[in-house]
Amino acid sequence: MERRAVYRNKVLPWLLIGPQLLLVLVFFYWPTSQALYWAFTLEQPWGGGNLWAGLDNFLYIFRDDRYWGTVLRSGFYALAATGLSMLVALTLASFVDRALKGTKLFQSVFIWPYAIAAPAAGVAFRFIFSPEAGLVGAVNDIWPGIWDPATNGMHALAMVIVCHAWLGIGYNFVFFLAALQMIPRSINEAGAMDGARPFRRMFDLQLPLIAPTAFFLLIMNIISSFTDSFGLIDTMTEGGPIGQTEVMVYKIYVDGFKGLDYSGAAAQSIVLMLLVIGLTFVQFKWVERRVHYN
Amino acid sequence: MMKTNWLLGAALSATALTFVASPVAAATKFEFWYGLSGDLSERVQEMCSRFNASQADYEIVCVSQENYENNLQNTIAAFRANKQPTVTQISDGGVVDLMLSGAFVPVRELMEKNGYQIDWSNYFSGISSYFSTSKGELLAMPFNSSTAMFYYNTDALKAVGFEGAPQTWEQVETIARDLKAAGYDCPIAFDPTGTWQWFEQFSAIHNQPIASNGNGYGGLDAVVEFNKGKFVDQLGWFKKMTDEGLMVHKSKAAGETANDAFTAGKCQMSSSSVADHGSFAKQAKEGVHWDVTVLPVWEGTERHNSLVGGAALWTLKGKTEEEYKGAAAFYNFIALPAEAQHWSTITGYIPVTNSGFEAMKAAGFYDAAPYKGRELAIQSLTATPPGEYTRGIRLGNFGAVRQEVAKAMQSVIFDGTDPQKALDDAAARSNEILRKFEQTYKGQQLP
Repeated sequence: MERRAVYRNKVLPWLLIGPQLLLVLVFFYWPTSQALYWAFTLEQPWGGGNLWAGLDNFLYIFRDDRYWGTVLRSGFYALAATGLSMLVALTLASFVDRALKGTKLFQSVFIWPYAIAAPAAGVAFRFIFSPEAGLVGAVNDIWPGIWDPATNGMHALAMVIVCHAWLGIGYNFVFFLAALQMIPRSINEAGAMDGARPFRRMFDLQLPLIAPTAFFLLIMNIISSFTDSFGLIDTMTEGGPIGQTEVMVYKIYVDGFKGLDYSGAAAQSIVLMLLVIGLTFVQFKWVERRVHYN
Repeated sequence: MMKTNWLLGAALSATALTFVASPVAAATKFEFWYGLSGDLSERVQEMCSRFNASQADYEIVCVSQENYENNLQNTIAAFRANKQPTVTQISDGGVVDLMLSGAFVPVRELMEKNGYQIDWSNYFSGISSYFSTSKGELLAMPFNSSTAMFYYNTDALKAVGFEGAPQTWEQVETIARDLKAAGYDCPIAFDPTGTWQWFEQFSAIHNQPIASNGNGYGGLDAVVEFNKGKFVDQLGWFKKMTDEGLMVHKSKAAGETANDAFTAGKCQMSSSSVADHGSFAKQAKEGVHWDVTVLPVWEGTERHNSLVGGAALWTLKGKTEEEYKGAAAFYNFIALPAEAQHWSTITGYIPVTNSGFEAMKAAGFYDAAPYKGRELAIQSLTATPPGEYTRGIRLGNFGAVRQEVAKAMQSVIFDGTDPQKALDDAAARSNEILRKFEQTYKGQQLP
């Protein structure tokens, strides 16, 4: 059954979507058109002149193997943070779903991390993971030098990924719990009566039925890891030792604002935008086919 | 009855109009954005209050942007939105972009137009060469100038039997070894991202070119040359010292900055700006006795003058005549001998004029603690007259070039990359940055 709202008043629908349209125009289309203009020209930082550069800016970044390193790193970051976050959230949701003692309390507590702003979490986690002063840094007393995000790029990246995943758990948890609770009890009970253990029930019954939600969360998490990682990285590592926690969105900031290379940064942001659009398109086209809606 | 009311009303409005017609003159407000924070920021705020109190025509509003980088970014953003401040504090890294953009009013022009007589030759040549045209005409008002110095813990050095201040890197190495053997964990605090003191100042003092065309003064077609001189060996030496635990990595990421480690007495030697001389005195822990000297040289090298650091005040275009008058009055105020001396007293920044320095010396300012040692900064800046490679650095997008060198230094220290290879890579990327800058400003000449 198709759902459509038909308005008799011609003006009313426009008035209703007006504010949202305005926001999208001002905060997306206008900056994007500026970025497109800058990406195809050489922009002077203080304004005052553009030189047409054609595709030069794009070729410049594609020739740069440091840029590709950043792309790969962003991809790894996206997969690792998403996987970690969704896995933990699903586990927590399935435990809460079993309506054990204290469920109501845990239900609210697990959502709290999502309310924390990324920079605040970044500062807190930077202290926790600090090699000299932090809680995790205590392992350095037992095995000196084993945990050193200040000089080891892999450690710094792991630290940022864990923090990002932690922040996203609350969001994923809410959706997973809702999805799990939408599954009729009868299905679970039937499975239990047939002798299926909880894990079996999870894999064969519950996961397929929450697939739409999982697919939705997959998109949201991946997009978020491309764009929302900025706050975390800026407060935790500032691009990290030797630029090894620079993801695409952070490299745009460093090149554009610190390096005053506005055109290069604009080209990079166009590429990032196309990448995110492409990802969303791919996911809607392909993954949707495998998803079974009830 | 009506006629009386009407007459009364007319009289009242006439009186009111006379008040409106001759308004009380309000002070012209203008903004000053600066990139200092903490202690130094408060000193600036005090100076702004003094200026406002000293006259009634202009009111300066001073806003801190936390650091030079932020200030540059914010000023550019404001300029593009036509909401720029009248006066902004831009440091060495942002100078060339600003110069070529033409977005500023040269300070000489500003002062002459407003009738102020300033003796431009009175400014230290090292300072003015950084902010002048190639013909020597000052474009910005010198304000806070500094240079890099070498700080050392006097108790620690005495404990290993070293008297006085280390003058050569060989001595520094020996002292560090002795300190380590005597049980000190951190002989030297070292932050590989400190390119200013450990790379640029080193290059100037040893007269090593950072770029061709006289470090970029000759034209926009300069190429970097830091991978061809003594700095390669110096970077290798840093690596050796770090491996042996004689230089210890201290930075914000590692949990404690080099300056904090030094003032807490955890590390015994470090390099920082002379501007920190005042803050160190305040922050040094009880029982930490320290002193400052010029940066060391390698034995047998002729010492050249170090580069000036800090920033200057630039007047931006697009403001009203009244605001420019206010800016000129402000510049005149900070150039007053009493005010300039006060600034150099409460902060570690050095006096920017010859006469200012002479006056302070004559008054015995540098004879005793807590100011003794600051005159060495002037000594460092005037070791020789500014030469081709020691008058400053004039490279476009120099902030990005600095980042490349910082990455190379980190890569050598943390990852063990070969110094020559790391610097060659950094040089290749820096040259690309410079070529892109040259293309962006095609056909333009450096002033």
